[in-house]
Amino acid sequence: MSQFLTWIATLPPLAQIPLVLAAFGVVVALLIFFLEIAPRSGRKFTIARLAVCIVAPGLIFLALGSIWPAAIAAVILGGLFFILDYRSRQGAGYLFQLFGFLAPAIVLLAIGLVYPTIQTMVQAFMNSRGNRFVGLDNFAWVFTQETGIRTVLNTIVWVLIVPTLSTIFGLAYAVFIDKSRGEKFFKILVFMPMAISFVGASIIWRFVYTARPADQDQIGLLNQIVVWLGGQPVDFLAVSPWNTLFLIVVLIWVQTGFAMVVLSAAIKGVPAEQMEAAQLDGTNAWQRFINVTVPGIRSSLVVVLTTISIASLKVFDIVRTMTAGANDTSVIANEMYTQFKGFEFGRSSALAVVLFLLVLPIVIYNARQISKQRTIR
Amino acid sequence: MSTTIPAQLPVDKTTERQLARGERAIERSLTKGTKNRLTSRGATIAALVIAILWTTPTLGLFVTSFRLPEEISRNGWWTIFANPGFTFSNYTEVLASGNSQLTLGGAFLNSIAITLPATLFPLVIASLAAYAFAWIDFKGRNWLFIGVFALQIVPLQMALVPLLSLFSRGLKIGSLTLFDGMDAGGYSQVWIAHTIFALPLAIFLLHNFVSEIPGELIEAARVDGAGHGQIFFRIVLPLTMPAIASFAIFQFLWVWNDLLVALVFADGDVAPMTKLLAEISGSRGQDWNLLTAGAFISILVPLIVFFSLQRFFVRGLLAGSTKG
Repeated sequence: MSQFLTWIATLPPLAQIPLVLAAFGVVVALLIFFLEIAPRSGRKFTIARLAVCIVAPGLIFLALGSIWPAAIAAVILGGLFFILDYRSRQGAGYLFQLFGFLAPAIVLLAIGLVYPTIQTMVQAFMNSRGNRFVGLDNFAWVFTQETGIRTVLNTIVWVLIVPTLSTIFGLAYAVFIDKSRGEKFFKILVFMPMAISFVGASIIWRFVYTARPADQDQIGLLNQIVVWLGGQPVDFLAVSPWNTLFLIVVLIWVQTGFAMVVLSAAIKGVPAEQMEAAQLDGTNAWQRFINVTVPGIRSSLVVVLTTISIASLKVFDIVRTMTAGANDTSVIANEMYTQFKGFEFGRSSALAVVLFLLVLPIVIYNARQISKQRTIR
Repeated sequence: MSTTIPAQLPVDKTTERQLARGERAIERSLTKGTKNRLTSRGATIAALVIAILWTTPTLGLFVTSFRLPEEISRNGWWTIFANPGFTFSNYTEVLASGNSQLTLGGAFLNSIAITLPATLFPLVIASLAAYAFAWIDFKGRNWLFIGVFALQIVPLQMALVPLLSLFSRGLKIGSLTLFDGMDAGGYSQVWIAHTIFALPLAIFLLHNFVSEIPGELIEAARVDGAGHGQIFFRIVLPLTMPAIASFAIFQFLWVWNDLLVALVFADGDVAPMTKLLAEISGSRGQDWNLLTAGAFISILVPLIVFFSLQRFFVRGLLAGSTKG
């Protein structure tokens, strides 16, 4: 496989796509074919199964470029698997099918997510070269020196502000345009930033924030407004601590569309009878909103808030592209990448673990919220 | 880590039903041609203000990218009518600029070459797994599924560095090489990384759809002599196509817009546009004629996908929370 991939890499980019997809297609087609014939009885099919059990693992290991003993061990395991499968209680071929459907995903997840996650947790307690145990030193480094504290604080500011404001804007907008003419068009306008990459969004907003010396015409919209109002142009991204807020605006700009779409669907799901009943009781629009709509969409609100919280915890692209963490704007994900680039793998891992620990309570809260609602109803 | 994430969190049944009902209402109103007025005048104004605030930055970028470079640095884009001028030169120039290894035009091709396979691979692998979780009985099925589901909450950052060293150094137990590193270069690392990172969510979402296929249908096919292979290919795949399509859109936008994975796994001449653009933004941060044109090229493809497939997009977004 290494050779195949190396060869493919020498081709022009667009020629690689059909080749790789074709190769992948052939492998999948073969897999589905063998899964189809696996449960059939008869000597022919048994031999085919045996052949696959023995040849496939060997080929995979050789393709990955491993040494002969490993490949041979894989072949032997494949043979054992065949016997196990042959004598399976659910009939021969049962395990074979199960394995064929699940193995690609499970193996990829195991080597690509589970193993690396464990590795990172171990690494967080090691020195930068990963060969000596240093206990909590890396974590101490994160939480004691000034930039580290700043980084963690910034991340907390992001998590507090972005979900709240995005949800408020999204909810307000969804209510305002609900059932109006041109609702679809209004939605698209606010939803569009969702399709734009963070890098693109960062450039868009850096252009809005850009500052010129006071004696020249401004080319950044925000500074022009400041000048029109009689102020002096400000370099918004350089003035700590306010610059973090200007970065936060970008994520709010992006996430409001998400909140709006989900909440709009939720609002339309509130039974019309409840609204009418409230209307008959003589309530005004605001009372109806607070007393009928909001309780009605409560769980959707929780989903939106938690989803955006997680997104803002992990925010990386915006900070990287707009300031790269300069002028006290760094956040955990950005600092993690910076340390990784500086070959400080221990510190980088420690930051990743801190991020993980911060995500965890949000998810647990969400899960508990759901189980609570289940028991009530 | 991208702009586009479906609601990844489990939702209880009531919310699910509510969102589904709302979604149906939206689709109904779309087909019927909509009715009445805005709620009130104040609401109209507020909605208009938000809409204008949200679109102006993008509009500014769009207008600026077609202005003459000397005008861009002299006055603001809102003075376009006082200082007219139109040019495509910003685009031709930015497509040819970049770093020593790569131009933005090349990076555009890289983005395509990374995104298409990285969208297809996880979808196929995940639908296979989703089928097994839904329709093959085995011991520990629930536990394994919960395990896969739980992997969604692991931030990408946890996996990046070890995965990178796995790629470059392979896996060794002591001095025994289990497999060699794959220093194949090219896109293979990005493809595999994106595939792996997409799997937990893809399996979870597709499982929701695959498991809702009526059992009688599967049973009937089995009676007719179809094995799991045929059932998967002839029944499950066609029936879950809408779900697969909406997830495909997400994965496409995700990979196209991604910066973090590209920074770690796509080095040198295979870098996608986001990475090169971020680099240009750092090194030539005041060349607004280049930056605006470059940014617009990079958001063009997602916007086309978004506008042409918008209904799938919205449905996919709600699919994390509704099953329909």
